[in-house]
Amino acid sequence: MSNRRNLAAYPHIVWSALFIVAPMLFVLYYTFTDGAGDPTLENITRIGTSNYLLIFLNSLCMALIATVICLVIAYPLAYIFSRMRADTQSIMMVLIMLPLWMNFLITTYSWMTLLEDTGIINTLLGYIGIGPLHMINTPGAVITGMVFCFLPYMVMPIYSVMAGIDPRIIEAAKDLGCSDRDVLFRVVMPMSISGVISGITMVFVPSISTFYISQKLGGGTFQLIGDTIESYFTGTAINFHFGAALSMVLMIMILISMGVMNRFGDENEERGLLK
Amino acid sequence: MMKKLLALAIGLMLAAGLSACGQTDEKLYVYNWGEYLSDGVYGDRDNLAAFEEYYEEITGRSIKVYYTTYPSNEDMYAKVSSGTSIYDVIFPSDYMVERLIAEDLLLPINIEEVCDELGAECYYDTVTEDFRGLYYDPEDKYSVPYTYGRVGIIYNTTMVDEEDCTGWEILWNDKYAGKILQFNNARDAFSTVQYMLGIDVNTTDPADWELVYDKMLEQKEIIQSYVMDEIYNKMESGEAAVAAYYAGDYFTMLEVNEDLGFFYPEETNIFVDCMCIPKGSGNPKAAAMFINYMLKDEAAIPNAECLFYASPHECVYTDEDYIEEMGEEVMEVLYPEDFNFREQLNKYAFRNLDPETAELVNGLWEELKIEGGLPDSIYMTAGILAALIAAAVIGILVRNRRRAKWY
Repeated sequence: MSNRRNLAAYPHIVWSALFIVAPMLFVLYYTFTDGAGDPTLENITRIGTSNYLLIFLNSLCMALIATVICLVIAYPLAYIFSRMRADTQSIMMVLIMLPLWMNFLITTYSWMTLLEDTGIINTLLGYIGIGPLHMINTPGAVITGMVFCFLPYMVMPIYSVMAGIDPRIIEAAKDLGCSDRDVLFRVVMPMSISGVISGITMVFVPSISTFYISQKLGGGTFQLIGDTIESYFTGTAINFHFGAALSMVLMIMILISMGVMNRFGDENEERGLLK
Repeated sequence: MMKKLLALAIGLMLAAGLSACGQTDEKLYVYNWGEYLSDGVYGDRDNLAAFEEYYEEITGRSIKVYYTTYPSNEDMYAKVSSGTSIYDVIFPSDYMVERLIAEDLLLPINIEEVCDELGAECYYDTVTEDFRGLYYDPEDKYSVPYTYGRVGIIYNTTMVDEEDCTGWEILWNDKYAGKILQFNNARDAFSTVQYMLGIDVNTTDPADWELVYDKMLEQKEIIQSYVMDEIYNKMESGEAAVAAYYAGDYFTMLEVNEDLGFFYPEETNIFVDCMCIPKGSGNPKAAAMFINYMLKDEAAIPNAECLFYASPHECVYTDEDYIEEMGEEVMEVLYPEDFNFREQLNKYAFRNLDPETAELVNGLWEELKIEGGLPDSIYMTAGILAALIAAAVIGILVRNRRRAKWY
């Protein structure tokens, strides 16, 4: 039996070896070599110059803000959904996933025409005598795009954890004298931490590495790390080695932050169970 | 039962799909710019299907063309130079042809030999004298010109005064602050300064590039955004007032927004896009035949009509129907009188920069983008959020520790 189960894992192992592990090795190789293929650390040290640190900082700030906004919107939403009747719940989840059915490049492009000075939102505002508000080509527009594109990834894990909470636990809490507010803060919240953690990861990682959204909605007037990496693979000065080094550093940053978050989540889970 | 039926249906569809793939004798992979060939999508002539027929007529063998597109020379270069490319025909610009030849990534086309061998009529003669033996391929061994054009300035006549339309300066005119678009790639963007100030676009002097950078920084204050293909949207809708772009694309925009005007600054970028056969091509003979067919009037004219780019093929620009179809205004912009192509190309076209200069240019471009950074409000918000999160995490951890003592 266990042998069979191992066999069933092979397609995935082959898949990851080919399309995840092998490309990672290429990234590693490029990071630590120069144009002639000789080993070098220059690519890494070059990232230490102020320009690239600033780009990393910019991306980090934008991604952080987008993630927090997603969390603030998604958490109450997921809580309300999880308290609904079962059939309404599934309809709500379909509605949340709906934007994902459309390619996010197209949604981003539509946001561009929505937010423009002569765009749909400003035209509508014009009818009621407001505006025009300048929205496009600002960091705010980029954050809006990120929130819109990645919100479902925050709602889904939180919702699925919350929906999995045994209603009897909540009943028990109420029987023992918990108010609705206490139920939320003392029972539901601690139990939904794992969903929040995976939601944060699933929003933060694509936000920090995005390049399409920042190019279309930011008007190219500022640069995030995703744009920079892209420019080294398709731009004027094609330099796979430096591009790879940038991706490498980004990956390590993401890994570290994920590691910290997961540790925190695990610790809380244990305590939550102990209680 | 339903599941089984569904599985059967899917299986049948797959089988049908697979067998449809295997029907032709030969395959041809064509890799072109987006919307850079008349392929029947807009109800125009389907030149790909027409080539398949033409090829079968000549050789008696059926062929299937697989057509894919790329957004920039650099994207195409990344694929072709990776060593795994399967493409048979590509459409690089002049400087990219030079680079591909220098890196030994192209095959000789031998269009006449292939035509002789297969008994087909060769249409190479239609390539005008002006477009032979250009700097990037002096013996015309590796490339056949496909289109050419120049960069000009597109402006919205309802928003811009005619008298300001004197040259590149209009992109620095603060009267139009917030309504100006600039190229979103280093080379094209920097060239607008170089043409304005009369600096060689292929200069290797760092001081020249620094000067260009200063001018770009000055412009950043009044620019709406750095764009590439978004320009269509923004110029057509009146979101932006003035932008530099390719003459051919101006007419595409004009079809949507008739308020748009166009002029050439005195010195401006010029390019020629070619057809080439990259190394790794599995079917170079069919590729040569494809190139040959693109030179035949029945294919070349629809291409030129659909692209709105100038054609270096005599059979196109002397064709009366084509001239009528394009109209006087378009012909004047695309084929101005007294225009010496070779001289302009040698003077103003982009050449490959040496790696050092390319790095410098890219570095300046990055600096330009970073300059000014994000507004302070973003840093402050992010800082406050980070502090709040840290406080919450520490609070929870402390509480947990304290609780742990109770058990």
